[in-house]
Amino acid sequence: MSAGTLYDKVWDLHRVAQLPGGSTQLFIGLHLIHEVTSPQAFAALKDLGLPVRLPERTVATVDHIVPTTSQARPFADPLAEEMLATLERNCSDYGIPLHGLGSGRQGIVHVIAPELGLTQPGMTVACGDSHTSTHGAFGAIAFGIGTSQVRDVLASQSLSMGKLKVRRIWVEGQLQPGVYAKDLVLHIIRVLGVKGGVGYAYEFAGPAIDALTMEERMTLCNMAIEGGARCGYVNPDAVTFAYLQGRPYAPKAQAWERAVAWWRGLASGADAVFDDEVRFDAAAIAPTVTWGITPGQGIGVDETVPTLEQTEPDERPLAQEAYRYMDLQPGTPIAGTAVDVCFIGSCTNGRLSDLQAAAAVAKGRHVAPGIKAFVVPGSEQVAAAAEAEGLDQVFREAGFEWREPGCSMCLAMNPDRLEGRQISASSSNRNFKGRQGSATGRTLLMSPAMVAAAAIAGKVCDVRQMINTTP
Amino acid sequence: MTAAMTTSSFPFGPISAVRGRAVVITGDDIDTDRIIPARFLKCVTFDGLGEQVFADDRAELSGEHPFDRAELQGATVLVVNRNFGCGSSREHAPQALMRWGIRAVVGESFAEIFYGNCLALGIPCFTASHASVLSLQESLIADPGQELSLSLAKATLEASRGQLWQLELQSGPQQMLASGQWDATSQLLANDGELARTAASLPYINGF
Repeated sequence: MSAGTLYDKVWDLHRVAQLPGGSTQLFIGLHLIHEVTSPQAFAALKDLGLPVRLPERTVATVDHIVPTTSQARPFADPLAEEMLATLERNCSDYGIPLHGLGSGRQGIVHVIAPELGLTQPGMTVACGDSHTSTHGAFGAIAFGIGTSQVRDVLASQSLSMGKLKVRRIWVEGQLQPGVYAKDLVLHIIRVLGVKGGVGYAYEFAGPAIDALTMEERMTLCNMAIEGGARCGYVNPDAVTFAYLQGRPYAPKAQAWERAVAWWRGLASGADAVFDDEVRFDAAAIAPTVTWGITPGQGIGVDETVPTLEQTEPDERPLAQEAYRYMDLQPGTPIAGTAVDVCFIGSCTNGRLSDLQAAAAVAKGRHVAPGIKAFVVPGSEQVAAAAEAEGLDQVFREAGFEWREPGCSMCLAMNPDRLEGRQISASSSNRNFKGRQGSATGRTLLMSPAMVAAAAIAGKVCDVRQMINTTP
Repeated sequence: MTAAMTTSSFPFGPISAVRGRAVVITGDDIDTDRIIPARFLKCVTFDGLGEQVFADDRAELSGEHPFDRAELQGATVLVVNRNFGCGSSREHAPQALMRWGIRAVVGESFAEIFYGNCLALGIPCFTASHASVLSLQESLIADPGQELSLSLAKATLEASRGQLWQLELQSGPQQMLASGQWDATSQLLANDGELARTAASLPYINGF
């Protein structure tokens, strides 16, 4: 059993009571809500005649269903319009702040809460969205919940939870040029599997993790859930504090100093006990691309699609299903796979540094003929910052569309989607069958820089070759 | 597609047993996008989701999908393999299964969020060994008409032909279901004094 880890400390600080049945009632410090998983929770709350327990610890935005071309109201899709109108009404009825379209603060919930300074070390963060693990980048314990649990948090600001085990993922060395946090996490999931993290929180630590920026740490923790770990986190350090200082909801003046002192004390101690530990070498990781239908089916861009013989026996049925669905041949290189659509964005990779990395590849080059390529900033703030440095122009000149913020083609609950058997190079987080809106559509997950490279080449290619040469 | 069941028959109160026929869905890592594709999440109620469960898989198999087969209509038990319900936290997935008629799931393992979402709806997720799940699936595919009886207290599955499978059910969920306290809201509200004390002790709540 783990002891002395950040997870243990934060868990203990937030324990309210032991519940019948043995689970723990855990106080939730920050509850993020959005239009997709909250309407039924508010309806249940109304049926029960209950108020929202702490509306000031609840924050809303709209992201999944918003169009990224025109965000004029009412939306063309009446169902999407109804969902946003319902969220607006619920937030108004219960006194919950809503960072809506055009507020300057709207965006993907896992992008805006960090950039507003809402997410802080030592908090428990819950949201009706599995990628809530993102917020663990700050040393918070953050996890996705279902709608019944959204109702519970609205009603009681707490959840009935079981404690997880803690696995430390220690990463030595440093990532090589052209290799990003996305490649690191795809590699970790490739090795540990999509169910390897079930029952665990993942603590990411070691020299390679210390060297990551906050935005990179968010990418890493975002995909902990794709490895089966409901939450992933990084211990708070000087990088964390520098990111938070001065943000709208970050503590100010003397409170800032006290906060930093408290945050420092939350990090896993030198004598912390972990349930498990796994080690990786960052320097050995190549740009990584998924070839299959789970995020664990990834390979280095210089590798070939694994054959059945190269696949663990119990993973073979899934590999066979993936060959059929993806129409990729085992033993053939992934580089050179032609793509139709290139998507840069999402809660995984829709932040400013992601767009900068992609723009560095796109600058002075042009999207290949016949390829649809588009960039969707993760938030209004990301869009404004990118536009201020001219990234929108770089992308437009290179033949990419520059869109309005939202979840976009990560999950296709909005007009952005694949059609038929189109294949996408995507900076998002899931390559599940049908994920991007077509029941036969195919997804290759990779870093934003790799997506930009694929857009320019018209096929999967090694971005390291592009960043080492001038256009 | 099957009509959704009426809300009056959804799980309610203490749950000690689930009876009925079983649907078998084979394959590891079946994600919640498969169970309910995202386009069906454009809704403000869960009504009607039962008709959309596994929509894309069913369309692909044009009537041959287990959820469409005539002899399995009205089934109440779902038998799956490993890491069922991974991916998105959408409660729409267990809601869709429940509204189709599923009242218990048996599998080798489950994704955590899916497991908790099922529990919040009063749907027990039993686990069993790899070999047991495979033999159970084989038996059910060979003879889909078998009437099953699942006991929560004993964690057993008994088939009408007399075969018995030993399963596992975590003691916490088992107690919550048996006592009818699987819906956590009232328990959470009962400790409001302790909750206020916990909140007051947290530096970030009280301005550091």
